[in-house]
Amino acid sequence: MNWGSPAEFFAMGGYALYVWGSFGVCAIALIMEPILVGKRRSEVLRSLRRAALADQLEDEGNKAG
Amino acid sequence: MKENKLIHWFKYASPQSFYPLAGKMIPWFWALTAVFGLSGLWLSFFVAPTDAVQGDGYRIIFIHVPASWMSMFIYIVMACWAGLGLALNTRLSGMMAQALAPTGALMAFLSLWTGAFWGKPMWGTWWVWDARLTSELILFFLYLGFIALQAAIDDARRADKAGAILALVGVVNVPIIYFSVKWWNTLHQGSSVSLNKSPTMAATMLWGMLLMALCFWMYSIAVALMRVRAIILERETHTEWIKDLAEVKQ
Amino acid sequence: MRPWQKRAAIIGGGLAALGVAAALALNALNSNIALYVTPSEVVAGKAPQGQAFRIGGLVKEGSLKRDNLTAHFVVTDTVKEVPVAYTGILPDLFKEGKGAVVQGKLGPDGSFVASEVLAKHDENYTPKEAQQAIDKAQAAAKGKP
Repeated sequence: MNWGSPAEFFAMGGYALYVWGSFGVCAIALIMEPILVGKRRSEVLRSLRRAALADQLEDEGNKAG
Repeated sequence: MKENKLIHWFKYASPQSFYPLAGKMIPWFWALTAVFGLSGLWLSFFVAPTDAVQGDGYRIIFIHVPASWMSMFIYIVMACWAGLGLALNTRLSGMMAQALAPTGALMAFLSLWTGAFWGKPMWGTWWVWDARLTSELILFFLYLGFIALQAAIDDARRADKAGAILALVGVVNVPIIYFSVKWWNTLHQGSSVSLNKSPTMAATMLWGMLLMALCFWMYSIAVALMRVRAIILERETHTEWIKDLAEVKQ
Repeated sequence: MRPWQKRAAIIGGGLAALGVAAALALNALNSNIALYVTPSEVVAGKAPQGQAFRIGGLVKEGSLKRDNLTAHFVVTDTVKEVPVAYTGILPDLFKEGKGAVVQGKLGPDGSFVASEVLAKHDENYTPKEAQQAIDKAQAAAKGKP
Protein backbone atom coordinates (compact mmCIF):
# COMPACT_ATOMS: atom_id res chain seq x y z
CA MET A 1 0.00 0.00 0.00
CA ASN A 2 1.35 3.39 -0.99
CA TRP A 3 -0.80 5.75 1.00
CA GLY A 4 -1.08 6.44 4.72
CA SER A 5 -4.34 8.37 4.48
CA PRO A 6 -6.97 9.43 1.91
CA ALA A 7 -5.50 12.95 1.96
CA GLU A 8 -2.12 11.56 0.98
CA PHE A 9 -3.77 9.63 -1.84
CA PHE A 10 -5.45 12.73 -3.24
CA ALA A 11 -2.26 14.79 -2.91
CA MET A 12 -0.40 12.32 -5.20
CA GLY A 13 2.94 13.33 -3.75
CA GLY A 14 2.46 16.94 -4.89
CA TYR A 15 1.39 16.00 -8.43
CA ALA A 16 -2.36 16.17 -7.70
CA LEU A 17 -3.16 18.71 -10.43
CA TYR A 18 -1.37 16.73 -13.12
CA VAL A 19 -2.45 13.21 -12.14
CA TRP A 20 -6.09 14.11 -11.46
CA GLY A 21 -6.15 16.48 -14.42
CA SER A 22 -5.22 13.53 -16.63
CA PHE A 23 -7.36 10.85 -15.03
CA GLY A 24 -10.32 13.19 -14.62
CA VAL A 25 -10.50 14.29 -18.25
CA CYS A 26 -9.94 10.69 -19.31
CA ALA A 27 -12.80 9.44 -17.13
CA ILE A 28 -15.17 12.17 -18.38
CA ALA A 29 -14.30 11.39 -22.01
CA LEU A 30 -14.70 7.63 -21.67
CA ILE A 31 -18.04 8.00 -19.87
CA MET A 32 -19.42 10.64 -22.26
CA GLU A 33 -18.59 8.80 -25.47
CA PRO A 34 -20.87 5.76 -24.95
CA ILE A 35 -23.63 8.05 -23.68
CA LEU A 36 -23.44 10.13 -26.86
CA VAL A 37 -23.41 6.99 -29.02
CA GLY A 38 -26.46 5.71 -27.11
CA LYS A 39 -28.22 9.01 -27.82
CA ARG A 40 -27.40 8.74 -31.50
CA ARG A 41 -28.89 5.25 -31.56
CA SER A 42 -32.07 6.23 -29.76
CA GLU A 43 -32.55 9.15 -32.16
CA VAL A 44 -32.33 6.86 -35.20
CA LEU A 45 -34.68 4.38 -33.57
CA ARG A 46 -37.17 7.13 -32.82
CA SER A 47 -37.25 8.29 -36.42
CA LEU A 48 -37.45 4.68 -37.64
CA ARG A 49 -40.44 4.03 -35.38
CA ARG A 50 -42.09 7.21 -36.59
CA ALA A 51 -41.61 6.11 -40.19
CA ALA A 52 -42.99 2.64 -39.40
CA LEU A 53 -46.04 4.19 -37.76
CA ALA A 54 -46.61 6.45 -40.76
CA ASP A 55 -46.40 3.42 -43.10
CA GLN A 56 -48.90 1.54 -40.96
CA LEU A 57 -51.37 4.43 -40.92
CA GLU A 58 -51.03 4.82 -44.66
CA ASP A 59 -51.76 1.11 -45.17
CA GLU A 60 -54.85 1.29 -42.99
CA GLY A 61 -55.98 4.43 -44.80
CA ASN A 62 -55.61 2.66 -48.15
CA LYS A 63 -57.65 -0.31 -46.91
CA ALA A 64 -60.40 1.91 -45.55
CA GLY A 65 -60.45 3.97 -48.76
CA MET B 1 -14.56 -25.46 -50.86
CA LYS B 2 -12.98 -22.10 -51.40
CA GLU B 3 -16.24 -20.65 -52.62
CA ASN B 4 -17.94 -21.90 -49.48
CA LYS B 5 -15.54 -20.12 -47.22
CA LEU B 6 -16.00 -16.90 -49.14
CA ILE B 7 -19.77 -17.13 -48.82
CA HIS B 8 -19.43 -17.74 -45.10
CA TRP B 9 -17.30 -14.63 -44.75
CA PHE B 10 -19.66 -12.49 -46.74
CA LYS B 11 -22.55 -13.63 -44.58
CA TYR B 12 -21.11 -11.83 -41.56
CA ALA B 13 -19.92 -8.96 -43.70
CA SER B 14 -23.52 -8.00 -44.44
CA PRO B 15 -24.97 -5.33 -42.14
CA GLN B 16 -28.10 -7.42 -41.69
CA SER B 17 -26.33 -10.32 -39.99
CA PHE B 18 -23.65 -8.23 -38.31
CA TYR B 19 -26.16 -6.00 -36.54
CA PRO B 20 -27.53 -8.69 -34.16
CA LEU B 21 -24.09 -10.29 -33.79
CA ALA B 22 -22.62 -6.95 -32.65
CA GLY B 23 -25.55 -6.51 -30.29
CA LYS B 24 -24.73 -9.82 -28.64
CA MET B 25 -21.00 -9.02 -28.32
CA ILE B 26 -21.33 -5.53 -26.79
CA PRO B 27 -22.21 -6.58 -23.18
CA TRP B 28 -19.27 -8.98 -23.12
CA PHE B 29 -16.83 -6.29 -24.15
CA TRP B 30 -18.24 -3.90 -21.54
CA ALA B 31 -17.79 -6.62 -18.91
CA LEU B 32 -14.17 -7.11 -19.97
CA THR B 33 -13.63 -3.34 -19.93
CA ALA B 34 -14.87 -3.20 -16.34
CA VAL B 35 -12.78 -6.19 -15.19
CA PHE B 36 -9.55 -4.94 -16.77
CA GLY B 37 -10.28 -1.34 -15.79
CA LEU B 38 -10.94 -2.03 -12.11
CA SER B 39 -7.97 -4.37 -11.70
CA GLY B 40 -5.77 -2.00 -13.73
CA LEU B 41 -6.74 1.02 -11.63
CA TRP B 42 -6.16 -0.95 -8.44
CA LEU B 43 -2.65 -1.88 -9.58
CA SER B 44 -1.99 1.65 -10.87
CA PHE B 45 -2.80 3.43 -7.66
CA PHE B 46 -2.44 0.95 -4.81
CA VAL B 47 0.05 -1.71 -5.84
CA ALA B 48 2.50 -0.01 -8.20
CA PRO B 49 5.11 1.77 -6.07
CA THR B 50 6.14 5.42 -6.27
CA ASP B 51 8.77 6.00 -8.97
CA ALA B 52 12.30 6.84 -7.83
CA VAL B 53 12.69 9.80 -10.21
CA GLN B 54 9.20 11.07 -10.97
CA GLY B 55 7.44 10.37 -7.68
CA ASP B 56 3.71 9.80 -8.05
CA GLY B 57 3.54 11.99 -11.16
CA TYR B 58 4.56 9.01 -13.26
CA ARG B 59 1.15 7.41 -12.63
CA ILE B 60 -0.13 9.33 -15.66
CA ILE B 61 1.65 6.63 -17.68
CA PHE B 62 -1.20 4.22 -16.81
CA ILE B 63 -3.55 6.10 -19.12
CA HIS B 64 -1.09 7.94 -21.35
CA VAL B 65 0.49 4.82 -22.86
CA PRO B 66 -2.78 2.87 -23.36
CA ALA B 67 -4.41 5.91 -25.02
CA SER B 68 -1.37 6.40 -27.28
CA TRP B 69 -1.21 2.73 -28.25
CA MET B 70 -4.92 2.65 -29.02
CA SER B 71 -4.76 5.87 -31.05
CA MET B 72 -2.22 4.21 -33.37
CA PHE B 73 -3.78 0.74 -33.33
CA ILE B 74 -7.31 2.01 -34.07
CA TYR B 75 -5.93 3.99 -37.00
CA ILE B 76 -4.39 0.87 -38.51
CA VAL B 77 -7.58 -1.14 -38.02
CA MET B 78 -9.62 1.72 -39.48
CA ALA B 79 -7.35 1.92 -42.51
CA CYS B 80 -7.60 -1.88 -42.99
CA TRP B 81 -11.40 -1.70 -43.01
CA ALA B 82 -11.26 1.27 -45.37
CA GLY B 83 -8.87 -0.53 -47.73
CA LEU B 84 -11.00 -3.67 -47.61
CA GLY B 85 -14.06 -1.62 -48.50
CA LEU B 86 -12.23 0.00 -51.37
CA ALA B 87 -11.02 -3.33 -52.78
CA LEU B 88 -14.04 -5.56 -52.16
CA ASN B 89 -16.84 -3.02 -52.23
CA THR B 90 -18.44 -4.47 -49.09
CA ARG B 91 -20.98 -2.27 -47.37
CA LEU B 92 -19.97 -3.06 -43.80
CA SER B 93 -16.29 -2.08 -44.18
CA GLY B 94 -16.99 1.60 -44.68
CA MET B 95 -19.34 1.60 -41.73
CA MET B 96 -16.68 -0.03 -39.52
CA ALA B 97 -14.12 2.58 -40.53
CA GLN B 98 -16.61 5.34 -39.84
CA ALA B 99 -17.46 3.84 -36.45
CA LEU B 100 -13.80 3.61 -35.39
CA ALA B 101 -12.74 7.16 -36.32
CA PRO B 102 -14.31 9.13 -33.43
CA THR B 103 -12.96 6.68 -30.85
CA GLY B 104 -9.52 6.87 -32.43
CA ALA B 105 -9.69 10.66 -32.40
CA LEU B 106 -10.64 10.57 -28.73
CA MET B 107 -7.67 8.31 -27.95
CA ALA B 108 -5.30 10.62 -29.81
CA PHE B 109 -6.73 13.58 -27.92
CA LEU B 110 -6.33 11.79 -24.58
CA SER B 111 -2.77 10.87 -25.49
CA LEU B 112 -1.95 14.52 -26.20
CA TRP B 113 -3.83 15.80 -23.15
CA THR B 114 -2.33 13.38 -20.64
CA GLY B 115 1.06 13.93 -22.29
CA ALA B 116 0.78 17.67 -21.71
CA PHE B 117 -0.19 17.09 -18.07
CA TRP B 118 2.82 14.82 -17.70
CA GLY B 119 5.25 17.04 -19.58
CA LYS B 120 4.52 20.17 -17.56
CA PRO B 121 5.76 18.86 -14.19
CA MET B 122 8.52 16.58 -15.53
CA TRP B 123 10.01 18.33 -18.55
CA GLY B 124 8.93 21.84 -17.59
CA THR B 125 6.66 22.45 -20.59
CA TRP B 126 3.13 21.56 -21.70
CA TRP B 127 4.17 21.23 -25.31
CA VAL B 128 7.28 21.03 -27.43
CA TRP B 129 7.50 20.58 -31.19
CA ASP B 130 9.50 17.39 -31.07
CA ALA B 131 8.98 14.60 -33.59
CA ARG B 132 6.94 12.32 -31.30
CA LEU B 133 4.53 14.99 -30.14
CA THR B 134 4.13 16.57 -33.56
CA SER B 135 3.45 13.28 -35.35
CA GLU B 136 0.84 12.33 -32.72
CA LEU B 137 -0.82 15.73 -33.27
CA ILE B 138 -0.87 14.99 -37.02
CA LEU B 139 -2.58 11.65 -36.24
CA PHE B 140 -5.26 13.56 -34.32
CA PHE B 141 -5.78 15.87 -37.30
CA LEU B 142 -5.93 12.89 -39.67
CA TYR B 143 -8.80 11.47 -37.62
CA LEU B 144 -10.57 14.84 -37.63
CA GLY B 145 -9.97 15.17 -41.38
CA PHE B 146 -11.41 11.70 -41.99
CA ILE B 147 -14.52 12.50 -39.93
CA ALA B 148 -14.99 15.89 -41.60
CA LEU B 149 -14.49 14.51 -45.11
CA GLN B 150 -17.06 11.77 -44.56
CA ALA B 151 -19.51 14.23 -43.07
CA ALA B 152 -19.09 16.61 -46.01
CA ILE B 153 -20.10 14.06 -48.66
CA ASP B 154 -23.82 13.25 -48.70
CA ASP B 155 -23.68 9.97 -50.60
CA ALA B 156 -22.54 7.34 -48.09
CA ARG B 157 -20.72 5.09 -50.57
CA ARG B 158 -18.79 7.98 -52.08
CA ALA B 159 -18.00 9.29 -48.60
CA ASP B 160 -16.59 5.85 -47.75
CA LYS B 161 -14.34 5.89 -50.81
CA ALA B 162 -13.00 9.40 -50.21
CA GLY B 163 -12.47 8.64 -46.54
CA ALA B 164 -10.73 5.36 -47.36
CA ILE B 165 -8.14 7.10 -49.53
CA LEU B 166 -7.40 9.64 -46.79
CA ALA B 167 -7.18 6.86 -44.19
CA LEU B 168 -4.79 4.83 -46.33
CA VAL B 169 -2.55 7.81 -47.11
CA GLY B 170 -2.40 8.64 -43.39
CA VAL B 171 -1.17 5.17 -42.47
CA VAL B 172 2.34 6.32 -43.28
CA ASN B 173 2.22 8.48 -40.15
CA VAL B 174 1.80 5.56 -37.73
CA PRO B 175 5.32 4.07 -38.04
CA ILE B 176 6.67 7.63 -37.94
CA ILE B 177 5.04 8.16 -34.54
CA TYR B 178 6.24 4.82 -33.25
CA PHE B 179 9.85 5.11 -34.36
CA SER B 180 10.24 8.90 -33.97
CA VAL B 181 11.98 8.52 -30.63
CA LYS B 182 14.53 6.19 -32.22
CA TRP B 183 15.12 8.04 -35.47
CA TRP B 184 15.52 11.58 -34.18
CA ASN B 185 16.59 13.57 -31.14
CA THR B 186 13.40 14.08 -29.20
CA LEU B 187 12.55 15.34 -25.74
CA HIS B 188 10.19 12.39 -25.42
CA GLN B 189 11.90 9.36 -23.90
CA GLY B 190 12.20 6.03 -25.68
CA SER B 191 9.77 3.13 -25.33
CA SER B 192 9.65 1.33 -21.99
CA VAL B 193 8.00 -1.66 -23.61
CA SER B 194 9.07 -2.93 -27.00
CA LEU B 195 9.41 -6.19 -28.88
CA ASN B 196 13.18 -6.38 -29.03
CA LYS B 197 14.17 -5.72 -25.44
CA SER B 198 12.89 -6.48 -21.97
CA PRO B 199 10.68 -3.79 -20.41
CA THR B 200 12.43 -1.10 -18.40
CA MET B 201 9.74 -0.95 -15.75
CA ALA B 202 9.21 -2.63 -12.41
CA ALA B 203 6.84 -5.63 -12.77
CA THR B 204 3.84 -4.19 -10.90
CA MET B 205 4.06 -0.93 -12.87
CA LEU B 206 4.20 -2.90 -16.10
CA TRP B 207 1.20 -5.03 -15.17
CA GLY B 208 -0.81 -1.97 -14.25
CA MET B 209 -0.06 -0.46 -17.63
CA LEU B 210 -0.84 -3.64 -19.57
CA LEU B 211 -4.16 -4.13 -17.76
CA MET B 212 -5.11 -0.54 -18.47
CA ALA B 213 -4.16 -1.06 -22.11
CA LEU B 214 -6.46 -4.12 -22.26
CA CYS B 215 -9.21 -2.04 -20.64
CA PHE B 216 -8.81 0.68 -23.32
CA TRP B 217 -8.77 -1.97 -26.02
CA MET B 218 -11.98 -3.62 -24.85
CA TYR B 219 -13.57 -0.20 -24.38
CA SER B 220 -12.71 0.77 -27.94
CA ILE B 221 -14.25 -2.42 -29.33
CA ALA B 222 -17.41 -2.01 -27.24
CA VAL B 223 -17.98 1.61 -28.17
CA ALA B 224 -17.12 1.05 -31.85
CA LEU B 225 -19.62 -1.82 -32.02
CA MET B 226 -22.26 0.43 -30.45
CA ARG B 227 -21.52 3.11 -33.00
CA VAL B 228 -21.49 0.76 -35.97
CA ARG B 229 -24.97 -0.45 -34.96
CA ALA B 230 -26.23 3.13 -34.94
CA ILE B 231 -24.60 3.74 -38.33
CA ILE B 232 -26.19 0.58 -39.77
CA LEU B 233 -29.61 1.82 -38.64
CA GLU B 234 -28.95 5.24 -40.17
CA ARG B 235 -27.76 3.93 -43.49
CA GLU B 236 -30.13 1.00 -43.98
CA THR B 237 -33.23 2.95 -42.98
CA HIS B 238 -35.26 1.94 -46.01
CA THR B 239 -34.50 -1.78 -46.02
CA GLU B 240 -37.08 -4.40 -45.09
CA TRP B 241 -34.96 -6.13 -42.44
CA ILE B 242 -34.66 -2.91 -40.45
CA LYS B 243 -38.45 -2.50 -40.51
CA ASP B 244 -38.76 -6.03 -39.11
CA LEU B 245 -36.38 -5.39 -36.18
CA ALA B 246 -37.97 -5.85 -32.75
CA GLU B 247 -36.69 -2.47 -31.54
CA VAL B 248 -38.30 -0.72 -34.52
CA LYS B 249 -41.61 -2.62 -34.55
CA GLN B 250 -42.50 -2.35 -30.84
CA MET C 1 -7.49 -10.72 -62.64
CA ARG C 2 -10.82 -10.15 -61.01
CA PRO C 3 -11.86 -6.52 -60.46
CA TRP C 4 -11.34 -6.67 -56.69
CA GLN C 5 -7.86 -8.12 -57.14
CA LYS C 6 -7.06 -5.27 -59.49
CA ARG C 7 -8.27 -2.71 -56.98
CA ALA C 8 -6.31 -4.41 -54.19
CA ALA C 9 -3.19 -4.29 -56.37
CA ILE C 10 -3.71 -0.59 -57.05
CA ILE C 11 -4.14 0.09 -53.33
CA GLY C 12 -1.05 -1.96 -52.44
CA GLY C 13 1.03 -0.27 -55.13
CA GLY C 14 -0.19 3.16 -54.06
CA LEU C 15 0.73 2.50 -50.44
CA ALA C 16 4.17 1.24 -51.40
CA ALA C 17 4.81 4.34 -53.52
CA LEU C 18 3.60 6.53 -50.68
CA GLY C 19 5.91 4.77 -48.23
CA VAL C 20 8.92 5.31 -50.46
CA ALA C 21 8.00 8.98 -50.96
CA ALA C 22 7.60 9.49 -47.22
CA ALA C 23 10.91 7.76 -46.49
CA LEU C 24 12.72 9.99 -49.01
CA ALA C 25 11.07 13.15 -47.67
CA LEU C 26 11.90 12.28 -44.07
CA ASN C 27 15.44 11.44 -45.00
CA ALA C 28 15.84 14.84 -46.67
CA LEU C 29 14.34 16.60 -43.66
CA ASN C 30 16.36 14.52 -41.21
CA SER C 31 18.37 17.29 -39.58
CA ASN C 32 15.39 19.64 -39.36
CA ILE C 33 13.23 17.15 -37.51
CA ALA C 34 15.74 16.80 -34.67
CA LEU C 35 14.64 18.83 -31.67
CA TYR C 36 18.17 19.61 -30.54
CA VAL C 37 21.85 19.37 -31.48
CA THR C 38 24.53 17.76 -29.33
CA PRO C 39 27.41 19.64 -27.70
CA SER C 40 29.82 17.93 -30.15
CA GLU C 41 27.89 19.41 -33.06
CA VAL C 42 27.96 22.84 -31.41
CA VAL C 43 31.73 22.72 -30.88
CA ALA C 44 32.16 21.54 -34.48
CA GLY C 45 30.34 24.71 -35.57
CA LYS C 46 27.26 22.97 -36.90
CA ALA C 47 24.91 25.07 -34.76
CA PRO C 48 23.16 28.09 -36.29
CA GLN C 49 24.93 31.38 -35.49
CA GLY C 50 23.01 34.32 -34.05
CA GLN C 51 19.82 32.31 -34.02
CA ALA C 52 17.98 30.46 -31.24
CA PHE C 53 18.35 26.68 -31.17
CA ARG C 54 18.35 23.81 -28.70
CA ILE C 55 21.19 21.80 -27.23
CA GLY C 56 20.55 18.44 -25.62
CA GLY C 57 22.82 16.42 -23.38
CA LEU C 58 23.67 15.55 -19.82
CA VAL C 59 24.16 18.14 -17.10
CA LYS C 60 27.77 17.59 -16.05
CA GLU C 61 28.23 16.34 -12.48
CA GLY C 62 29.43 19.09 -10.15
CA SER C 63 29.02 21.84 -12.73
CA LEU C 64 25.82 23.45 -11.40
CA LYS C 65 26.46 26.78 -9.66
CA ARG C 66 23.98 29.49 -8.79
CA ASP C 67 24.65 33.18 -8.40
CA ASN C 68 21.53 35.09 -7.40
CA LEU C 69 18.87 33.96 -9.85
CA THR C 70 21.14 32.71 -12.58
CA ALA C 71 22.11 29.07 -12.80
CA HIS C 72 25.37 28.12 -14.48
CA PHE C 73 25.98 24.58 -15.61
CA VAL C 74 27.70 22.57 -18.31
CA VAL C 75 25.87 20.43 -20.88
CA THR C 76 27.92 17.51 -22.14
CA ASP C 77 27.57 14.50 -24.42
CA THR C 78 30.60 13.00 -22.62
CA VAL C 79 32.82 14.07 -25.55
CA LYS C 80 32.39 17.84 -25.81
CA GLU C 81 30.94 20.41 -23.41
CA VAL C 82 29.05 23.68 -23.64
CA PRO C 83 28.71 26.07 -20.66
CA VAL C 84 25.15 27.33 -20.16
CA ALA C 85 23.73 30.25 -18.19
CA TYR C 86 20.03 30.38 -17.38
CA THR C 87 17.91 32.77 -15.34
CA GLY C 88 14.61 31.31 -14.21
CA ILE C 89 13.02 28.33 -12.54
CA LEU C 90 14.53 24.94 -13.33
CA PRO C 91 12.14 21.98 -13.76
CA ASP C 92 11.76 19.43 -10.94
CA LEU C 93 13.70 16.73 -12.75
CA PHE C 94 16.64 19.00 -13.62
CA LYS C 95 19.61 17.35 -11.90
CA GLU C 96 23.33 16.93 -12.35
CA GLY C 97 24.10 13.77 -14.27
CA LYS C 98 20.62 13.77 -15.87
CA GLY C 99 19.45 14.78 -19.33
CA ALA C 100 18.38 18.31 -20.24
CA VAL C 101 17.46 20.27 -23.36
CA VAL C 102 18.25 23.98 -23.31
CA GLN C 103 16.97 26.57 -25.76
CA GLY C 104 18.76 29.85 -26.40
CA LYS C 105 21.56 31.55 -28.30
CA LEU C 106 25.26 30.94 -28.50
CA GLY C 107 27.38 33.92 -27.37
CA PRO C 108 30.60 34.98 -29.16
CA ASP C 109 32.67 33.40 -26.35
CA GLY C 110 31.16 29.97 -26.97
CA SER C 111 28.89 30.06 -23.92
CA PHE C 112 25.19 29.48 -24.28
CA VAL C 113 22.54 31.81 -22.83
CA ALA C 114 19.35 29.81 -22.35
CA SER C 115 15.83 31.19 -22.36
CA GLU C 116 14.23 27.84 -21.59
CA VAL C 117 15.47 24.71 -19.85
CA LEU C 118 13.64 21.38 -20.18
CA ALA C 119 14.48 18.23 -18.26
CA LYS C 120 14.72 15.00 -20.25
CA HIS C 121 14.00 11.80 -18.37
CA ASP C 122 14.56 8.24 -19.51
CA GLU C 123 12.21 5.31 -20.03
CA ASN C 124 13.19 3.56 -16.80
CA TYR C 125 10.71 3.29 -13.98
CA THR C 126 11.80 1.81 -10.65
CA PRO C 127 10.42 1.85 -7.12
CA LYS C 128 12.07 4.33 -4.74
CA GLU C 129 13.26 1.56 -2.42
CA ALA C 130 14.89 -0.38 -5.25
CA GLN C 131 16.69 2.75 -6.48
CA GLN C 132 17.95 3.48 -2.97
CA ALA C 133 19.26 -0.06 -2.69
CA ILE C 134 21.04 0.29 -6.04
CA ASP C 135 22.55 3.64 -5.02
CA LYS C 136 23.73 2.16 -1.73
CA ALA C 137 25.32 -0.83 -3.43
CA GLN C 138 27.05 1.41 -5.95
CA ALA C 139 28.35 3.73 -3.22
CA ALA C 140 29.65 0.70 -1.30
CA ALA C 141 31.37 -0.63 -4.42
CA LYS C 142 33.00 2.75 -5.01
CA GLY C 143 34.19 2.94 -1.38
CA LYS C 144 36.10 -0.31 -1.65
CA PRO C 145 39.66 -0.12 -2.95
